[in-house]
Amino acid sequence: MKMELIQPFINAADAVLAQGLRCPMAMGSLSMDEEAYRRKGVAALVSLTGDIEGRIIFDLDAETALRVASRFAGADLPESDELIKETVCELANQVAGNAVTTLNDQGFHFRVHPPVLHTSEHGAHGSEDTEALVMCFETSIGNVFMNIALRYNRSHELAAAGA
Amino acid sequence: MEQFAAVRRSKDGQPVRYLVVDDSVFARKNLARIIETFGGQVAGEAGDGMTAITEYERTTPDIVLMDITMPQMEGIEAAEKIVKQHPEARIVMVSSVGYQENIVAALQRGARHFVQKPVKPEVLYEVIKYVLGEDGTVAQAAGAGA
Repeated sequence: MKMELIQPFINAADAVLAQGLRCPMAMGSLSMDEEAYRRKGVAALVSLTGDIEGRIIFDLDAETALRVASRFAGADLPESDELIKETVCELANQVAGNAVTTLNDQGFHFRVHPPVLHTSEHGAHGSEDTEALVMCFETSIGNVFMNIALRYNRSHELAAAGA
Repeated sequence: MEQFAAVRRSKDGQPVRYLVVDDSVFARKNLARIIETFGGQVAGEAGDGMTAITEYERTTPDIVLMDITMPQMEGIEAAEKIVKQHPEARIVMVSSVGYQENIVAALQRGARHFVQKPVKPEVLYEVIKYVLGEDGTVAQAAGAGA
């Protein structure tokens, strides 16, 4: 996986979390994961199709998601499964959207699909789930995990080369 | 959350009425909270472009805040359909996807402005005042100018 594809997502996550959470944050563990994805808490998946394809997953435990939702809303929110799911999905959506904005301005064209909850304990095996980059953003209100698996779309590359 | 001087309709001094369109309930609620800090009123909500069109007809809002990436019908297409029927519609696109092509497409199809997520209330406030133009007025706080 190319770092040029990953960096915009790291920058976007950093910016979205910093603005929404308004608390100290550091990037913790960073690793390559060749195994299928294993969900840690409440996870949302955003798929990308086009010149670049793959997916990103945001994964938070329920308590952290509720604290994140409250920070984003600027008020303490009541615990609700729906709110927690919505929070994780919207967080994934905002990070993907901001990163896609950067990549599009660099000349890549692709589509961001609406976030969906990643409910299974394990991700499907397959090329999309191999060589995922897993990173953890450590904040004072809990850890936010981001898992990215992206690649260039070869059919688009071949079409561009033949043009 | 920070409070802003209320923006009201010039014609009758009533709160500005908003239609909030986003497939995320969380995002809609956040926008509703921001709107409250502007002294505005949520006239309706929709979770997709199709519903946005029917809700626009039902509520005739002063401002539409419209997400782009949504199921069934995306925001830019919904904005185009609303403006075709109601050229006076004031639609502000609110999306995390803020690349130039998207912004230009939205503006070409009738949107009045674009705000990128995560929404900064102070940015949206200025955009709302700009989009309302002479149809909006900023209420003076009690005792102001004394």
